Amino acid sequence: MSNAKASPVPEVRPLPTATASDPLLVVENLRVTFEQRHSEVRAVRGISYHIERGEALGLVGESGAGKSVSALALLGLLPPETTRVQAASVRFEGREIAGAGDRELRKVRGSSISMIFQDPLSSLNPVLRIGKQITEQIREHLDVDRAEARRRAVHLLELVGIPNAAERFSSYPHEFSGGMRQRAMIAMALSCDPALLIADEPTTALDVTIQSQILELIGELRRELGMALLIITHDLGVIAKSTERIAIMYAGHIVEKGPTAEILRSPAHPYTRGLLRSVPRLDHPREGKLTPIHGNPPDLGMKAPGCPFRPRCPVAVPRCAEDNPALEPLCPQREAACWMPGLLPAAAGAAGR
Amino acid sequence: MTVGSPPPLLEVEGLKVWFAIRAGVFRRRVGWVRAVDGVDFKLEKGRTLGLVGESGCGKTSIGRAVVRVLKPYSGSIRLSGKDLLAMKGRRLQQERRRFQMVFQDPLASLDPRQTVGQVVGEPLRIHRVVGRPERRDRVGELLELVGLPRDAVRRFPHQFSGGQRQRIGIARALALDPDLIVCDEPISALDVSIQAQIINLFERLQKQLGIALLFIAHDLAVVRHIAHDVAVIYLGKIVEHGGAQGLFEQPRHPYTVALLSSAPVPDSEVERTRERIPLTGDPPNPANPPSGCRFHTRCWLRADLGNPEECAVTEPALIPHNGDEGHRVACHFADRVAERIAALNLPTVGVSAARGSEEEASTAESGSS
Repeated sequence: MSNAKASPVPEVRPLPTATASDPLLVVENLRVTFEQRHSEVRAVRGISYHIERGEALGLVGESGAGKSVSALALLGLLPPETTRVQAASVRFEGREIAGAGDRELRKVRGSSISMIFQDPLSSLNPVLRIGKQITEQIREHLDVDRAEARRRAVHLLELVGIPNAAERFSSYPHEFSGGMRQRAMIAMALSCDPALLIADEPTTALDVTIQSQILELIGELRRELGMALLIITHDLGVIAKSTERIAIMYAGHIVEKGPTAEILRSPAHPYTRGLLRSVPRLDHPREGKLTPIHGNPPDLGMKAPGCPFRPRCPVAVPRCAEDNPALEPLCPQREAACWMPGLLPAAAGAAGR
Repeated sequence: MTVGSPPPLLEVEGLKVWFAIRAGVFRRRVGWVRAVDGVDFKLEKGRTLGLVGESGCGKTSIGRAVVRVLKPYSGSIRLSGKDLLAMKGRRLQQERRRFQMVFQDPLASLDPRQTVGQVVGEPLRIHRVVGRPERRDRVGELLELVGLPRDAVRRFPHQFSGGQRQRIGIARALALDPDLIVCDEPISALDVSIQAQIINLFERLQKQLGIALLFIAHDLAVVRHIAHDVAVIYLGKIVEHGGAQGLFEQPRHPYTVALLSSAPVPDSEVERTRERIPLTGDPPNPANPPSGCRFHTRCWLRADLGNPEECAVTEPALIPHNGDEGHRVACHFADRVAERIAALNLPTVGVSAARGSEEEASTAESGSS
């Protein structure tokens, strides 16, 4: 990560969190650009957020919104040849890690911050036994002998609800079902008592019954271990179940941020509102017709000025084509990046916008 | 379902789709994976039947058997009374025009070297429906019908976004004026903001053209929205079958209840206050299904009732619940479900009573900007 304060477009202001105890993670003005031969794709365009100790923050958005990329950038997991990562500041446990070298980031990854991915099979080594993969991870970051590492690994497998953990210790990943693999991944991610777990679409590939088990498991572990969670998903139901605060991303920007319960009940940004109205809901009577968001997701190569959501926005005004609105406080704890924000009920049928 | 004089558009009886397990040097058959193990349903013209269940339950195999991509082990599939399984050669080829399929990943199901015009026009060419000049007009019409510009003909599928590609796939499926479209997870690969566009498109096309849809999906909210009738599948069998409203608001099979209790809804308050029924363990192996009721190894109700022997011994039939022909349940203790789910706070139970559902006249579905 290169620390470049040189790109001074102050779209996003630093957060007003000058409390005595620093938050666990503070990200300020993070930008990620992919450089291609003739063009560049600005995948993340200056986002700021923080996570308190033990808190769960949801990063919500559709494909291409920049949510996964922003998380990978924090951990230095993007290919340096084609990616430019810039940030005013990334502080973890009070320590600046923006601009940290690979060796330093490596120490943070896996010991203080762990990450789990959508497809556990692609992140587990197919030719190594599950137990071996976990003990390797433990011994990389903690100074323990082999027997102790094994004891810890079996305990972790038990903790995530794998039956006969001691026997399954020597299974290979392909011998596990999808849900079990995701559990094994979580066990591995927890192996070094991380203060922060980053979960990138952790349940998207799973059935609802397994999904609810995994989310419940993450919730329990969070309560027991005091671990913070950054969960990346497009599923608003998963968000409601597992987070306290959310940041909604669109085209590389955070367009709305605040407490989950409030945003889901009364979204302020027209994109958030659109998302909520476009999904059929089990907890509402069946609607005659869904209200989709018009048009197509944005093209990230675009450089047009103004709000990136404007072409699809039902409440756009002329100003939206010229200036991109910054994320501004709306009411206590809530921010939105919109010239026409409105706290409207999420339920469809409330207004024919 | 009414028993009218004309046969239903689609009638499936005793459908079994088994896959052979082969082993050894001579690839001798050593067993069967019973993906679909005796399924009956009907689908009338202009209606939608939703098939839901966990991955591996057999819902995709049912869809593929219906469009004759998979050969069933046994059973019958009749289209307007004609037995599809008995047909071969030209008769089958002719009949194929009447049923089409739409897949989950439109890009994977479209040839990247063909233009959109070729993709959509191919069925017309193969079935020699119209000559070349008329074909161009027909393709243009089809593109407009699904909300794409006519000039998309010359472009290639990869130049379109996911939602537009799915529209291309749907236009192709519509080319031969089918009576039935089997949709296998047609929206689960699309972005949330685009899913509603495609759902609305399916609903409009159904109204306009009177097409029947066999809609296979794992998203319960989507199925509840689009389907008139729903069949819940577990391990190759229908365990509950009925009108969408009745089935979601008064689920009577413990498996349906478990599914509903697991589906998260975008409301923090609801999520905090509801109870969940954990399904322990993974689904059993369809090569060796459990005895008696297939769900008994994971059934919460059976555990609640003190593990009655009957569940492990006798397989329950799919029978009308309390004499209601329109709501069938395969559970020995379906009567006991109602009393037990009161405390669960399931999202769908009682929503219609709480608030009357009114037709909403919003201007919605439309294509690219």
